[in-house]
Amino acid sequence: MVTMLTQTARLLARFPVLSSPHAKLMNYMAAKEKKPKEPMPPLKDWLPSVALGWLIPGGGHFLLKRRVRGTLLLCAVALTFLFGLMMRGVLFQPKTGDLLTTIIYCGGFLGNLASGIFYLLTVWLGYAQPDVAGHVHDYGTKFLVTAGLLNVLAMVDAFEIAARRKS
Amino acid sequence: MPKVNLSHFEAALLFAFFTSIVLGVVTKKTDRERLMYGLKSFGYFLLALLSIGWLMRLGHG
Repeated sequence: MVTMLTQTARLLARFPVLSSPHAKLMNYMAAKEKKPKEPMPPLKDWLPSVALGWLIPGGGHFLLKRRVRGTLLLCAVALTFLFGLMMRGVLFQPKTGDLLTTIIYCGGFLGNLASGIFYLLTVWLGYAQPDVAGHVHDYGTKFLVTAGLLNVLAMVDAFEIAARRKS
Repeated sequence: MPKVNLSHFEAALLFAFFTSIVLGVVTKKTDRERLMYGLKSFGYFLLALLSIGWLMRLGHG
């Protein structure tokens, strides 16, 4: 199938008159099918850096000797979380009910949890902010979740570096 | 823990700043590309912030 598509693509390249939308689609499919799917790297290559990256934001990058990027990620995630706390944001507890409630509370909890050591320390030290009205509290809640989501991006980056998909 | 009281604009600006740093660091391949992407991302955040802010103000009348 791949060979046939490749041959069709070559033929179309030689005769531009055949470049109809259908031919373009065939060409696109041939180009797409040529890309082999990257195999999953062994677990021991990436798990330590991703796990450390979760626990300490930027830690995965430190483990992989990307110190400047690790420092930037650590500062960005830590300051986002710290501002969230100083704005008295709310930490989500997983709660189920209707679909929207489940998505917001479980998603928010996972977002909070992704901050790693910052979330764990905050809970262990007894931070419990009730949900009150006000734009500053609202921003604080969003900052706390965003810190976790930024750390997820950092963990994905650490995975790609550990898997040698990027430098 | 001290409490901070930020305006909408200040809070959104801080959000844009930290998010742009992370987006710049994780997205591109060279340091120059990372810096440019971070600045561009921050600029887009700012643009969206001001545009939507004005839109809401004008919408309210």
